[in-house]
Amino acid sequence: MKILVCISNVPDTTTKIAFSADNANFNTAGVQFVINPYDEWYALVRALELKEAQGGNVTIIHVGAADSEATIRKGLAIGADDAVRIDAEPNDAYAVAEQIAAYAKDKDFDLIMAGKETISYNGSMVGAMLAELMNLPYVSLATKLEVTSGVATIEHDIDGGTEVVECTLPLVLSANKGMAEQRIPNMKGIMSARTKPLTVIPATSADKLTSISSYTLSVGRIDCKYIDASNPESLIELLHTQAKVI
Amino acid sequence: MSILIYTEIAKGKVKKSSLEAVNYGSRIAKQLNSTVTAVVIGDADLADLGKAGATKVLKLKNDKLAGLNGQYITAAIEQVATLENASIIVFAHDFTGKEVAPRLAAKIKAGIVAGAVDNPTISGDTFSVNKNVFSGKAIATYTIASAKKVISILPNSFPIELTGGAVEAIEFAINLDAINSPIIVKEVKKVSGELNLPDAELVVSAGRGMKGPENWGMIEELAKELGAATACSRPVADMHWRPHHEHVGQTGVAIRPNLYIAIGISGAIQHLAGVNGSKTIVVINSDKDSPFFKSADYGIVGDAFEVVPKLIAAVKHFKANKN
Repeated sequence: MKILVCISNVPDTTTKIAFSADNANFNTAGVQFVINPYDEWYALVRALELKEAQGGNVTIIHVGAADSEATIRKGLAIGADDAVRIDAEPNDAYAVAEQIAAYAKDKDFDLIMAGKETISYNGSMVGAMLAELMNLPYVSLATKLEVTSGVATIEHDIDGGTEVVECTLPLVLSANKGMAEQRIPNMKGIMSARTKPLTVIPATSADKLTSISSYTLSVGRIDCKYIDASNPESLIELLHTQAKVI
Repeated sequence: MSILIYTEIAKGKVKKSSLEAVNYGSRIAKQLNSTVTAVVIGDADLADLGKAGATKVLKLKNDKLAGLNGQYITAAIEQVATLENASIIVFAHDFTGKEVAPRLAAKIKAGIVAGAVDNPTISGDTFSVNKNVFSGKAIATYTIASAKKVISILPNSFPIELTGGAVEAIEFAINLDAINSPIIVKEVKKVSGELNLPDAELVVSAGRGMKGPENWGMIEELAKELGAATACSRPVADMHWRPHHEHVGQTGVAIRPNLYIAIGISGAIQHLAGVNGSKTIVVINSDKDSPFFKSADYGIVGDAFEVVPKLIAAVKHFKANKN
């Protein structure tokens, strides 16, 4: 089975978010970048489990500049066989999907997997766009994936519950929590990652349909109003009269 | 040119998030001197679509649409968008919206903003929309450069106004003969008898501070008295004290109810990422240094096992006095 896993390079969850003085760019100074957790813990690890059980090949693909190669090597250290980096700034979902589709269209992948969203831009778009551009079925928010004789059985989250679907390969899916458990790369993996193939391919002329013109930090809650533990009635009163939520 | 809104039916009614999307479209229509066409799959009382601002309602007819398969819906919306000459298409950023909006955007090569939190700013040819980024830690202003635009709006971000007129729904036949999705639905497991967490306006959530699943009775009782949905933190779901679908946070469900009451949850950054869009946050924790208090509107430092029963009594008293 040939599996393609799309990975994004994102600031670690605990990063303090800051922007350039003109608020036009994300300030990457001192930021620790990691593989987007949904791409890594769920999509990549499940892809590796399927490969280990049934044979095949797991390729990771990333759209980004050269500074994301440490993140790609980590994916190889966890166990991917080879990697592709498309040399383009990933700042528009359509442009990213278009690049990946252009690469994948003649490669006969059985499965294309992505995380349900990045924890940076929270778009949840590339998987669905890839499916459309490649004219493939798409299953979102998958929590379980089994493949038997070319048919995938997938449990995924739907509005108000879960659904089990069957689909013949090839298909695109987005992975949600539950698909697999996080894997920590071992020393052998880290050593072998250095020599695994990482192919850099130039960007095709991608269309940029959107761009970010500015950022604003969200205003946090400034003051917590404390209520005495012996008098929760006053909380209910405040929720009714002040917050007006009940 | 019209503005097209994808709407859905749940439990025999137009979904609240769909009405928010129609309202949103109608505000854009006013700015652009345009009109709003709502498309809907399924049967229900559709009067609210008109009240929310739609001047035309199209009931999409094709048996393939019943299962809400994204590939079919995308093709159907594209057909309507072409006929209606729609340049802006609005979805709710819910399960269907997350799947279909980007798929449609790719199909018609439209710039998309997924999860909009503000009305667009339109000035000449510049069309900008704000959305949350970095799991709610910041807001980014996106500019859409393409002529066709797709926007999905974050549920529960806009108040609903039902001040529009009556509209007659028109049946609209869709041709999907050219598409055959290989996806076969084998089983649907709906969470029954409970409020759907992402749609809930009030949520009572609890964490490890409850010490064990046997102590959830008071959490459920408080939720029931308030008419709230129940939720939990990640450790609680991981230890199987509560079902997976109740887990809110970065890796669970992101919610933005009007009221979020967190009981015995320390407020890790990953948890906050899933709830910091809530309008009002109440934190009840025995540890006065719990980081969650920094993100709370109201806090009670105290033992949940003493505070929650008093809170239940207070809610009962409040309800009795209200009626």
